[in-house]
Amino acid sequence: MTMDSERLKPPGLWARFFDSDIWYSFTRSKVIMAAAIVTLLIFLGALFAPLIAPHDPFDMASLYLMDSLTPPMWEAGGNPVYPLGTDDQGRDILSAILYGSRISLAVGFASVAFAAILGISLGLLAGYMGGRVDSIIMRIADVQLTFPSILIALLIDGSVRSIFGGIDREQSAFYVLVFSIGLSFWVQYARTVRSSTLVEKDKEYVQAARLIGLHPLRIMASHVLPNVMGPVLVIATINLALAIITEATLSFLGVGIPSTQPSLGTLIRIGNDFLFSGEWWIAAFPGAALAILVLAVNLLGDWLRDALNPRLR
Amino acid sequence: MTDVLVGIENLSRDFDVSKPWLNRVLENEEKKYVTAVNDVSFEIRRGETFALVGESGSGKSTIAKLIVGLIRPTGGQILFDGTNVATRGSASMRQLRSRFQMIFQDPFASLNPRWRVKDIIAEPLRTFGVAEGRAAWEKRVDELLETVGLSAKDGAKYPHEFSGGQRQRVAIARALSAQPEFIVCDEPTSALDVSVQAQILNLMRDLQDEFGLTYLFISHDLSVVRHMASRIGVLYLGRLVEVAEGKTLFRDPKHPYTKMLLDAVPDLEMTGRKRQPVEGEIPNPIDPPSGCTYHPRCRLANDRCRSEVPVLKLHGDTKAACFALEEGRS
Repeated sequence: MTMDSERLKPPGLWARFFDSDIWYSFTRSKVIMAAAIVTLLIFLGALFAPLIAPHDPFDMASLYLMDSLTPPMWEAGGNPVYPLGTDDQGRDILSAILYGSRISLAVGFASVAFAAILGISLGLLAGYMGGRVDSIIMRIADVQLTFPSILIALLIDGSVRSIFGGIDREQSAFYVLVFSIGLSFWVQYARTVRSSTLVEKDKEYVQAARLIGLHPLRIMASHVLPNVMGPVLVIATINLALAIITEATLSFLGVGIPSTQPSLGTLIRIGNDFLFSGEWWIAAFPGAALAILVLAVNLLGDWLRDALNPRLR
Repeated sequence: MTDVLVGIENLSRDFDVSKPWLNRVLENEEKKYVTAVNDVSFEIRRGETFALVGESGSGKSTIAKLIVGLIRPTGGQILFDGTNVATRGSASMRQLRSRFQMIFQDPFASLNPRWRVKDIIAEPLRTFGVAEGRAAWEKRVDELLETVGLSAKDGAKYPHEFSGGQRQRVAIARALSAQPEFIVCDEPTSALDVSVQAQILNLMRDLQDEFGLTYLFISHDLSVVRHMASRIGVLYLGRLVEVAEGKTLFRDPKHPYTKMLLDAVPDLEMTGRKRQPVEGEIPNPIDPPSGCTYHPRCRLANDRCRSEVPVLKLHGDTKAACFALEEGRS
């Protein structure tokens, strides 16, 4: 007697998604919906910056020095052409924010991905293999943890620049930032993944997999990894916010993205010089954009942690 | 029925329980070892259920893990169908691995919580290439689910959607999926409710009859062992103290330790016979007693028991390791 005839056809992907617990918990919380919409808007704004931005802040030829330091349009002396005002070179702040969040988000995602891949692999390896492999990896992590991440990012940033001095700074800034921010964040992933792996590897389902002679790498990837990813997702979203802030900090300190292609941090740095002379909008609007972006991403991360854990359902 | 499927010869396993290297140097301490399994020999015949019983810490689970190759022995060897399991090459090893399986104690830990049940059950049979192609293995998984008393539709669910007894059925289906001859059952019912225990045990017996399986059944529950075992080995502190046919052991236990264990089993008949209460507890295996390790708890112990280690010898149909028995003091 077969059950094939009784089997229902599986519903489509979208039908299943709208029927899922994740979608349900999403629709239950107004804060999360607001955070998701804000994040989505900033992501879309960043993605389609060239299409929706009123000006191209990177195009030096289109800048008018006469329009520099224009206040926002609702202030006295404001110009509706520049809704949020302009900076000292006449760049439209709104356009600069759209283009700037594009760079900030790109650096954030790339460095989180780099840190996560590095940290998860090393953490899995350390936790599952144990012994000498574990000791070496975790001692390196311990040493790195004694330095603040900003310091590590500054150190790597500086040494990469001096080693590859000949490289065009505008071209290399992005990769140097991703590399240095990523390298300063991997320890957190490695430690979390290692401790979860230590718990999981003694569970009987891992023994059952070892029993049938699966390769350790395969057990790590297909059995242990899915069970240690829960905390990683939370760290990754919080780290996305942190990476964006670190990038902003580095750019603010002047070692990040150069001011010819400003990120949010670079914009805040430029604005900082004019803060006390009354031109508050140059720093305030990029700062607000940064804060809103980081807050929304963090809220989403917390919610995802709860929604994706099958044991909490 | 003397066809030996699994032979255990002088099997030993030590665990390093020393402090870290730096502490040892600073505190001037030696390395410390626990002998979890000490010179154990027995054989499991094809088609039988061999039960290992003993208290916590007697080395039951260590023997189970040694046999299926999850840990390596410190000494001795394990022969599976005449082949030494420890020295197997990688090609024959793969072939050998497909012939034995294990059912674990805790059905809440033995199934990967992120995998669907059908993938869990299919993993061994896909690894060993028993069923090629998605349609083939899905069909086989459906059959297996129905064999263990679940519905084929259950394959799409995750383990957390099942009760403990149902999870253990899934674990049994996984153990069966690569068509093994020999299954090590490490306390398969001790995490389950009493009402469910009997169902699982009966299922295992039915499967044994249907597929001609050989079981190594590990338990501390003598009533479960009585229900399942054809032969029983009694472990004490990593050593076998008695090996006998199931019926013989329960009717006529030889070793003082076995007698004490059996006296501790409650029965409803209220026979009124005098029972020997359980005395003391299992000693610390890091610092085991000299001679026969049971002597501090044994009423029959004398100086010889305190200095010499007894070995298994035949007493009637039963093998037992006891000087009191040899000398007729019991």
